[in-house]
Amino acid sequence: MSDYAFYLWGAYSVTFVCLVLEIVFLLKRKREAKA
Amino acid sequence: MNWFWYASPQTFYPLAGRVAPWFGFAAALLAAAGLYVGFFVAPTDAQQGEVYRVIFIHVPAAWLSMFIYLVMAGWAALGLAFNTRLSGMMASALAPTGALFTFIALWTGSLWGRPTWGTYWVWDARLTSELVLLFLYLGFIALQAAIDDPRRADRAGALLAIVGVVNIPIIHYSVVWWNTLHQGASVSVTKGASMQSQMLTAMLLMALAFWMYSIAVSLVRVRCIIRERGEA
Repeated sequence: MSDYAFYLWGAYSVTFVCLVLEIVFLLKRKREAKA
Repeated sequence: MNWFWYASPQTFYPLAGRVAPWFGFAAALLAAAGLYVGFFVAPTDAQQGEVYRVIFIHVPAAWLSMFIYLVMAGWAALGLAFNTRLSGMMASALAPTGALFTFIALWTGSLWGRPTWGTYWVWDARLTSELVLLFLYLGFIALQAAIDDPRRADRAGALLAIVGVVNIPIIHYSVVWWNTLHQGASVSVTKGASMQSQMLTAMLLMALAFWMYSIAVSLVRVRCIIRERGEA
């Protein structure tokens, strides 16, 4: 695992961050649309 | 049930609000199951070792990137053909999520490619056509953002989305038509899967999770668009 940890966790962490950011931006847009 | 009842933004708005959390809940459950099977049940690959587990997000993200584009173009075509307001809104709501999954497919593929192929990127047909898909999504979003009148923006975006559909079979068949570094399909409707069953289960669970997630966020986004356009 250690040889490839950078590649494996680099893929999973960026995917996770992308999905979380999409949700955060979407909730911000939702609040603004309701205002 | 009269499905046409939900064809107007005003009637679709409350329906989307009611069902979106359920799709989000299903996505979370499926992702948890997929990650559990992917990391704790599926065995280590004999040739690639642990790094092959990238495919549990790479392949589903690549599938969704193409599928969302087809659905987006379908909505866009409906909007052009029948001049329905909700169609353009749905296409607009799908584009950011489609672009996101295309980026994830490219990013994770690159990180898988380095240890297995020895390079992050090659200009082979599969990778290049997937990159073109990302540019199509970004072009669609930019084009719609550049036009003030939402109905005109919907029509212009729809034309781009429909023309761009030609790229989807190119992505899918690129590994058949050209001699690419990217390997052939891991799962085929006619030939079945070329991988161990627990690996396949993890991949399919993650694909379902991404699908449910896409529906949930697209429904929330279309509600925002409906409100922003003053239709709710």
